[in-house]
Amino acid sequence: MSQSAAIVKPQHPWKLTPKDLITDLVGVLFTVVSTLAIVGFSPLKGKLGFVLTLIVMSIVTTSAISGFKKDRKAAVNASTSVLVYIAASFVLIALASVIYEIFRLGATQLSPGAMFTQDMSQTASESPLTEGGLIHAVIGTFYIVTFATILSTPIGILTALYIVEVKGRFSGLVRFFVQAMSGVPSIVAGLFIFAVWMVQLGNAYSGLAGGLALTVLMIPTVARTSEEVLKLIPSDLREAGLALGATQWRTVAMVVIPAARSGLITAVILGIARIVGETAPLLLTIGGADAINLNPTQGNMSAFPYFVWKNLLIGSENAISRAWQGVFVLMVIVFIFFALARYFGAAKGSRKK
Amino acid sequence: MNNENLPETSNNREENMSQITGTQGDTSTSSSTPARTVATHSLSDVAAARSAKVGKPVAGSTGLEAKGIHAWFGKKHVLEDISLDFFSGTVTALIGPSGCGKSTFIRTLNRMHEFIPTAALAGQVILDGKDVYDPGVDVTQIRLKVGMVFQKPNPFPSMTIKENVLSGLKLAQLKIENADELLESCLRRAGLWNEVKDRLNEYGGALSGGQQQRLCIARSLAVNPQVLLMDEPCSALDPGSTLRIEETIRELASTISIVIVTHNMQQAARVSDYTGFFLSDGGPGRLIESSTTSEMFTNPKEKRTEDYVSGRFG
Repeated sequence: MSQSAAIVKPQHPWKLTPKDLITDLVGVLFTVVSTLAIVGFSPLKGKLGFVLTLIVMSIVTTSAISGFKKDRKAAVNASTSVLVYIAASFVLIALASVIYEIFRLGATQLSPGAMFTQDMSQTASESPLTEGGLIHAVIGTFYIVTFATILSTPIGILTALYIVEVKGRFSGLVRFFVQAMSGVPSIVAGLFIFAVWMVQLGNAYSGLAGGLALTVLMIPTVARTSEEVLKLIPSDLREAGLALGATQWRTVAMVVIPAARSGLITAVILGIARIVGETAPLLLTIGGADAINLNPTQGNMSAFPYFVWKNLLIGSENAISRAWQGVFVLMVIVFIFFALARYFGAAKGSRKK
Repeated sequence: MNNENLPETSNNREENMSQITGTQGDTSTSSSTPARTVATHSLSDVAAARSAKVGKPVAGSTGLEAKGIHAWFGKKHVLEDISLDFFSGTVTALIGPSGCGKSTFIRTLNRMHEFIPTAALAGQVILDGKDVYDPGVDVTQIRLKVGMVFQKPNPFPSMTIKENVLSGLKLAQLKIENADELLESCLRRAGLWNEVKDRLNEYGGALSGGQQQRLCIARSLAVNPQVLLMDEPCSALDPGSTLRIEETIRELASTISIVIVTHNMQQAARVSDYTGFFLSDGGPGRLIESSTTSEMFTNPKEKRTEDYVSGRFG
């Protein structure tokens, strides 16, 4: 305010004042107390009753406070924010509890030495957890997912390019089929490969058959996500490429795909996430195995979902622990893989800076 | 600000100036109303300060000619019977209110019009004596010869500055002996060299808007076009960047022909030799008048042109 060149401190006039904070605190206290009172003196009982009452009371209190301090519009705004926070916290709680359970049951009795060096061919599921491992499942899932990714990445991205870039006569139809395919139950994909590849063409159980079944599931995910990503690329860039005398193919390969690179990698990641935990189609196609099978084209193959399913079915205490360990290791591998893909797929400019 | 800079660049046009101002004096005494004299005073001065390179083709390159162009989007007739000659080595400005078909028109010149799915066209665009719409014409060759700079700067985000400039060669699969020389000359001609010579391996997106637009100009120059189409190249730029691009246009005009769409009358008056005025009265856009820029701004034949250039509508 003064005329002299006083040092001005950075301030945050939009932050809550102590008075606001006290009001909010009183509001929170009132919500909790009133909820406890309502649950105590009404027929609403148990955790569910408490949570429901808490939600209702927090909305009522927040909108009452804002309505009292400001006006009706502020009350509506405040109660909507509370609803959004509650919805988000439900998702977070569900996710956190899943991860917590997997850690609790899967990570506590790990014996990494045996787990990543042995298979289950010499070991019964009931044996101590220091014996036997899941390396056969690691190898099987690696083969199956790699095979499905190699097949469905080009098919999925080319499908998206047909829909978005070529805009051919059938692009509406293709988009419709891709959408319909993404709604197909996974066991139908397994049955399809079982019926065509194995029964009709006479092939036996193999990792390859499992990969084919998962390809059927992965293509629509990759194609739909890539389509959305390609649509986001400004048409200015395509026009700039074409105006420089490039053919459509050169423009797509040199301008559109590099610009969409990180999005396309995300599309592939989402596709892998879709298939890596699929059990039903694999039960029909890979046959399942307890021993390491290094040949993906022949012989029964194992995979993480199969490993988990089988051990859960056996049902003894150690078998169920093995199942949880399988879930845990799968989660960690997927997490590491996705983190690496994100890192290398990040937009060039942002990574190098 | 831009006006003050003009005399420096138009010094060498003194001798032509007297000629043009002479004719202007004759006509304005006979037919102009006081209102027009006041309203067009600065613009006509600016326009008259430029020399029109009338019928002075550059050796070794021919101009571009649009003959009876009509264009449709679906059933909507958006351009009606546009015929315009673009002489080589000249700058032609296309002016007119929004939605009158200027951009559509220049997109017909390098066959970008056909990318809109419902588009239709009639008429001819003659380049090197041949219609670019002839069946059997290689459309990528046309777009190599007739380059384009867009309204929004659109450098390729996945490429560095250097890669952006040379992208046209890669996209069109042209071989080049000394890429570094071409890189420097294109950036120099686009007036960007001094600003980026130490950061050629940074991404194009790191530049400011005006620099990005000059990068796009450099990119279109790298494939050595005969004609450069510019669709409101300065509409998103600050006055300083605009000035740099206008200087660039004037430098380029000695070697190639330039067609520039602009909403800025001052800009049209400053940079162009010829001006075409487009207008749509609810129906398809028409070319109301075209002549040398000085004529257009000092002595328009049509009342509507006069109203537009003097800012009375549009």
